[in-house]
Amino acid sequence: MASETGIGASVKRKEDARFITGAGNYTDDINAAGQTYAVFVRSPYPRAKINGVDTAAAAATDGVVAVFTGADLAADEIGDLPCGWLVKSKDGSDMVAPPHPPIATQAVNYVGEPYAVVIGETLEAAKNGAEAVDADFEELPAVVDLATAASADQIHESVPNNQAYDWELGDKAATDAAFDNADHVATVDIVNNRLIPNAIEPRAALGEYDAAAGTYTLHTTSQNPHLERLVLAAFVNVAPEARLRVISPDVGGGFGSKIFVYAEETAVIWAAGKVRRPVKWRAERSESFLADCHGRDHVTTAQLALAQDGKFLGLRVKTKANMGAYLSTFASSVPTYLYGTLMAGQYTTPAIYVEVQSLYTNTAPVDAYRGAGRPEATYVVERCVETAAREMSIDPAEIRRRNFIQPGDFPYDTPVALTYDTGDYEASLDKALEHIDYAGFGARRAASESAGRKRGIGFSCYIEACGLAPSQVAISLGAGVGLFEVGEVRVDVTGSVTVVTGSHSHGQSHETTFAQIISDKLGVPFENVTVLHGDTGRSDYALGTYGSRSLAVGGSAIISATDKIIAKGKKIAAHILEAQEDQMEFADGTFTVVDSNQSITFPEVAFAAYVPQNYPLEELEPGLSEKAFYDPPNFTYPAGAHICEVEVDPDTGVVDIVDFVAVDDFGHVVNPMIVEGQVHGGLAQGIGQALLEHGVYDDTGQLLSGSYMDYTMPRADDLPSFTVDTTVTPCTHNPLGVKGCGEAGAIGSTAAVMNAVTDALGVASVPMPATPETVWRAARGE
Amino acid sequence: MEITLTVNGAAKAVDVPDNALLVDVLRESLGLTGTHVGCDTSQCGACVVHMNGDAVKSCTVLAGQADGADVTTIEGIGNPDDLHPMQEAFRDNHALQCGFCTPGMIMSAIDLVQKGGGSLDETAVRDGLEGNLCRCTGYHNIVKAVLAAQSSM
Repeated sequence: MASETGIGASVKRKEDARFITGAGNYTDDINAAGQTYAVFVRSPYPRAKINGVDTAAAAATDGVVAVFTGADLAADEIGDLPCGWLVKSKDGSDMVAPPHPPIATQAVNYVGEPYAVVIGETLEAAKNGAEAVDADFEELPAVVDLATAASADQIHESVPNNQAYDWELGDKAATDAAFDNADHVATVDIVNNRLIPNAIEPRAALGEYDAAAGTYTLHTTSQNPHLERLVLAAFVNVAPEARLRVISPDVGGGFGSKIFVYAEETAVIWAAGKVRRPVKWRAERSESFLADCHGRDHVTTAQLALAQDGKFLGLRVKTKANMGAYLSTFASSVPTYLYGTLMAGQYTTPAIYVEVQSLYTNTAPVDAYRGAGRPEATYVVERCVETAAREMSIDPAEIRRRNFIQPGDFPYDTPVALTYDTGDYEASLDKALEHIDYAGFGARRAASESAGRKRGIGFSCYIEACGLAPSQVAISLGAGVGLFEVGEVRVDVTGSVTVVTGSHSHGQSHETTFAQIISDKLGVPFENVTVLHGDTGRSDYALGTYGSRSLAVGGSAIISATDKIIAKGKKIAAHILEAQEDQMEFADGTFTVVDSNQSITFPEVAFAAYVPQNYPLEELEPGLSEKAFYDPPNFTYPAGAHICEVEVDPDTGVVDIVDFVAVDDFGHVVNPMIVEGQVHGGLAQGIGQALLEHGVYDDTGQLLSGSYMDYTMPRADDLPSFTVDTTVTPCTHNPLGVKGCGEAGAIGSTAAVMNAVTDALGVASVPMPATPETVWRAARGE
Repeated sequence: MEITLTVNGAAKAVDVPDNALLVDVLRESLGLTGTHVGCDTSQCGACVVHMNGDAVKSCTVLAGQADGADVTTIEGIGNPDDLHPMQEAFRDNHALQCGFCTPGMIMSAIDLVQKGGGSLDETAVRDGLEGNLCRCTGYHNIVKAVLAAQSSM
């Protein structure tokens, strides 16, 4: 049904009324009567043994309610923070994860790691108490450099060589053979810079304990409250699942960083039970820099083997991935199953071999950040391809064309374990070339040259795998959770609809998109659909939002539930209209007996279901409310072509993005306005990685980029407006034919920018971020 | 310390510690939680309000400095049934996603347009909003919204 509020319409968002009027309800906006305030006492050292923590002076500070150390949590049998994905090394051995107590007990291993928490009557009292905590640290040499971490001091007693695992994927012998037969080999050495996610809402938590009921309620900034509850209950041992409710109200951006279960909310909810009063915490931005999980941070050497005609024969990738000091919730999966598996890109490369050694350092834990593994993979593949094109003097668009998997080749099995369902990579490249006016580039470059500036163009034809799936395959590869989603469609007595989804919106617009789907499928007016999410007390166990999965997986669950509603509605309608069930049709909100003028509306059927007078109660339960769990049979594979055109001032090193085109294939699009917005935001983060952002530790392990004064966030005047467009090959295995759009911008854009910068300068490589100083040096051949 | 100030047109008297910030007065004392705190270095702009006709970062104004001031917050410029043209432009142009930076962004944008004399172009809008961080939108639609509001304000 093509309508103004159905699938395909750029409907204005339901969410906006509260956000633009200041009526949003974020965790820090919520207060509980009698609440106390938590302040974490954090390590100033990157690595130190804790000989003792003296809390006496802190406890005696005015207004301090309690002071807890790691020993207090341990005495209460509070467990370690676990990693949820067991990756195995080449030799079949399990990955090695060090113990990760929420509050450090024996040692601290990164600057900012909490070793005590002070609970105060006021925030100021808690801060004063925190100042008075006196720890006896024995400082140890820190391991900071990823490249040499394996041979540095051993950080954790249980982790030899600081190695989490040494993983491989692909056929080594076949890849070696491909290189033996190659006419050309292109080699790139890449550092994928560490990023700090920086959702503008800092993480926060409000923990409450109801002593009479013995129940805990945690409001927190989580992308997946059920996962939070599962981990806190089953692993950390705060309370049984049934006695712990986790609510994620409005959440101000996540980008992956709010997937994980962190020390702070763990301590807050536990402490609420100890002090028998609500406990509130909100991170200061400095704490976000120190203690949110960071992203990326790889060192890689990659080689692409080619035949004389530019056909790719083999790809060899060797990566060291920084895990930081501990293995965060999903950290192990990021540089492996979300990275190595993407190395085929959009190409028919027949032989690929990937090795990833994941190492610990005395830095903040590293985990999924927008794109999670896939931006790193795209950067490797697309830097290799661009380098090969230049070395072999083949046009960068042409070399990609010669190697694209063709539309007739799907489903396509890559040599790195994935089966792509559909795509048309040339279609998106062609559209992007048209938007950027590739034919006119030579003239534009000449004009720049004559003005003393250097112009370059860079391509990135990326693939991503979204909606991580299916559960059984993922679990066999080490995942500790299923990967389905739940959707519930509750029809109200008067025919309005409440949807409960297990996925979570922290900017993605579920309240609008899912209402469009319901409006479209059930013919219910858009304004009569309410979408609820983010509360373990409202929805069944669910997996939440990460990996661009909300629509492809969560939306599919809603469709399945909607199908059940329609099927039951047909039974009710057939009874009322005295027809056979198989004679009933449903369209545009009306049940009709085929080839007749007999019909009944959806609200009438809903009313009959709840006021069952004329109703087949002997055969059918009353009510009209259905639920579905949807487990995807495969990943979805969004793909696209990003082209960036830059002008560089060689005297200052300033890079100006003069044009950026993104043409993406997300399958069917429910709300084009929202999808474009998702792409814009992703592009900003990808461009930020390329030109601006860098999480930097000094040689001793101190975080240098620990504030917005030091870490360069993309600002309005750093970025251009973007040209975004789409092509459509519908996903073949989910009911909406959708693929997911949340990460594409961040996955594709970084390589396009860096290919453009290197093209402008005529150099093989420029390290990221390509700051003016870096570019200025590169332009001078330094 | 007791201070009196006008907030969204209403006279308010609050008793706060000497080192309290205006943002604390708004959020904690007056319950106006539309004004947000996103950083601790006066960089993100989530806390922008209007004080005596100027956009200010309320995390960088001591409560005492606001004694006697006329303060307008996001809650004071419009409501869902009667939106300010800037609020309307943000909604119509999808200039917000998670909504966290939005109140400060809207308050800065109103000040920018009011002082821009109707002559702002894209570059001027981008320069004028560089004190407000947004991590969701890439600013593309925010710029569109501000330019649209310039025509309707």
